[in-house]
Amino acid sequence: MSGTYLGMPAFPAAAREAVGNATLRGNLRHATHTIRAKRAKAVSEVSDWAELREAGRRIKDHTLRHLDRYLVQLEESVTAAGGVVHWAADADEANDIVTQLVKMTGESEVVKVKSMATQEIGLNEALEAEGIRAYETDLAELIVQLGKDRPSHILVPAIHRNRGEIRDIFAREMSEWGRPAPEGLTDTPAELAEAARLHLREKFLRAKVGISGANFMVAETGTLVVVESEGNGRMCLTLPETLISVVGIEKIVPAWQDLEVFLQTLPRSSTAERMNPYTSTWTGTTDEDGPRNFHLVLLDNGRTDTLADEVGRQALRCIRCSACLNVCPVYERAGGHAYGSVYPGPIGAILSPQLRGTGSEIDASLPYASSLCGACYEVCPVAIDIPEVLVHLRERVVQGGEVTRAGNKVVLRPAKGHAAERAAMRAARWAFLHPGALRTGQRAASRTRRFHPRSLPGPGRAWSGTRELPPVPAEPFRDWWQRTRGGKDGDR
Amino acid sequence: MRVALFLTCVNDTLYPDTGRAVVKLLTRLGVDVDFPSGQTCCGQAHYNTGYRHEAEPLARHFSDVFGAYEAIVTPSGSCGAMVRELYPRMGERARTEGRGDTLAATLAPVVPKTYELTEFLVDVLGVTDVGAYYPHKVTYHPTCHGLRGLGLGERPRRLLQAVKGLELAELPGAEECCGFGGTFALKNSDVSAAMGADKVRNAESTGAEVLCAADNSCLMHLGGTMARLRTAMRPVHIAEILASTEEEPAV
Repeated sequence: MSGTYLGMPAFPAAAREAVGNATLRGNLRHATHTIRAKRAKAVSEVSDWAELREAGRRIKDHTLRHLDRYLVQLEESVTAAGGVVHWAADADEANDIVTQLVKMTGESEVVKVKSMATQEIGLNEALEAEGIRAYETDLAELIVQLGKDRPSHILVPAIHRNRGEIRDIFAREMSEWGRPAPEGLTDTPAELAEAARLHLREKFLRAKVGISGANFMVAETGTLVVVESEGNGRMCLTLPETLISVVGIEKIVPAWQDLEVFLQTLPRSSTAERMNPYTSTWTGTTDEDGPRNFHLVLLDNGRTDTLADEVGRQALRCIRCSACLNVCPVYERAGGHAYGSVYPGPIGAILSPQLRGTGSEIDASLPYASSLCGACYEVCPVAIDIPEVLVHLRERVVQGGEVTRAGNKVVLRPAKGHAAERAAMRAARWAFLHPGALRTGQRAASRTRRFHPRSLPGPGRAWSGTRELPPVPAEPFRDWWQRTRGGKDGDR
Repeated sequence: MRVALFLTCVNDTLYPDTGRAVVKLLTRLGVDVDFPSGQTCCGQAHYNTGYRHEAEPLARHFSDVFGAYEAIVTPSGSCGAMVRELYPRMGERARTEGRGDTLAATLAPVVPKTYELTEFLVDVLGVTDVGAYYPHKVTYHPTCHGLRGLGLGERPRRLLQAVKGLELAELPGAEECCGFGGTFALKNSDVSAAMGADKVRNAESTGAEVLCAADNSCLMHLGGTMARLRTAMRPVHIAEILASTEEEPAV
């Protein structure tokens, strides 16, 4: 994935910084709680939500099971409609393909619709290295780009910023990238939106190349679909002469009819809208209307490997609605940057360690970035059992095991740094299988309770630094029971 | 009716009062309670931290100890969810890994017979008024595994509402996790503590004297947070409230 994220510290360290940042926490709390309540209302309006959720799960599972077939069908449909299909095994291949395609047009700038796939592969940086400037046109993405920042949310990349910060970024940076911000810009939403509109309009009208992702690809017709709220996407998709779409291979649905389900569940889950404002569909090229050249880059980048994992593959059902982020109490405190990946929150915690492997410190820590409260599973419109996959990946981290990497079966060794924990777990298991030993331990703890320290050494410090320890009682329950037979011998 | 009390390792070691309260309450309701002394731990900490193979012998041990009983009652939504939701998955997993049906067959008998305390009271005994007396203002935190794992729903609140003298205050953001999460509290202690502090502040805002839940693990984390924040509020397990009567009030 994107080089921007290399060398990130493990989640607990990154989250510690965020937890200590009062502005960030305030921004996140306000935004997630607002959207959370709206989503719940939008979902409760639909009487057949449970059925829609199940239908979405089934369509995605069916498509993933027959992905090979549908990909071939999609390639045929896109080609027949006048598009060109390219296959990219990883980020480097995808970036090379896009860079070459842009160079062939002779252009040195492109406009972009917000796209998770191009962020995942670090396309903007790759283009920049070849002298091509990529302009983000989604409002939040523009804020992130101008602020030399990283997105911290799938749907609202600038969720961590408040209005005042955005005003400062616009006033300071817009002139570097094109039309400057108007004089005396205030932080009212209407003025900020107008400043962005003027700044972007100039680019839409000038650009000859557009780059997009897609929310869905329809195998039977070769149609791509982008769902958005601002209309910038539609400009990028229709005004340029050349359109290049970079899309993950899991985004396929078999037929037009399948969109019926997702065009209901996606907007309600993501923006809490009954219907999203702009749904753009495009099928190859059409004479004298829209782009004259259309290229589809189909991105694997770890997806086939993820598909090989029976438990983990359900992460590929994700339609990037971000409902799991908005409801997650951990995301709310830690913010998106702490996840060290373009996919933050609960879905990021299961997707990134599968797409990238669990080799790095950050990826090995992500499966633990959850209290397993289950709120993410409850809101997921395609019923991804995120807690189950988290536990599955935790096992991979601490015990190793067989996984598929780049199409080959490899046996992972347990991640470093878990030796003491493993020993403790084994010791606990032994004690729990020997009730007598457990009782001896409990009694010893009770007898020495007056001498127990108020703060713990080693890993226990993580507890006692912020919370008092519970006092150990004078007598464990099992001793009371033995002494009194449950109160029958007196001493209730 | 004769039931086995699965107290859980945390309650046995740190919260014997909760165990005594369950015994007192069930006995008062005419239930014959046994405490199988071979019981230890359901294996949840192992399972959820990723040591699932270590959890298997603990699940087998649980079935050995409790398999013969008519019903198994536990004052923990989390440990109850472990047995009911995750034991079947452990069995299924052993099957898909080609280890046969032995584990599934061993665990199957205990799964449908295991009840969280409030579930047992409402669904099996069919009572909501357990004859309790508790003259305090209480706010209830539905813990995640009870709420979303077992689907306890309104059962605990209905039981509390029927308690004489008890004033129930609605907890803002009730369904949000308190931040305990087992080893999460150690591995991500900063986020865990921030979540706990928010939960405690929400509980305080109700003006209640007591924060009640059906899981002492969550209450251990919240109680520790309350003590550190010097909050006047106390954490109390729901069993201790339901066991309290006018003759023998809980302190």
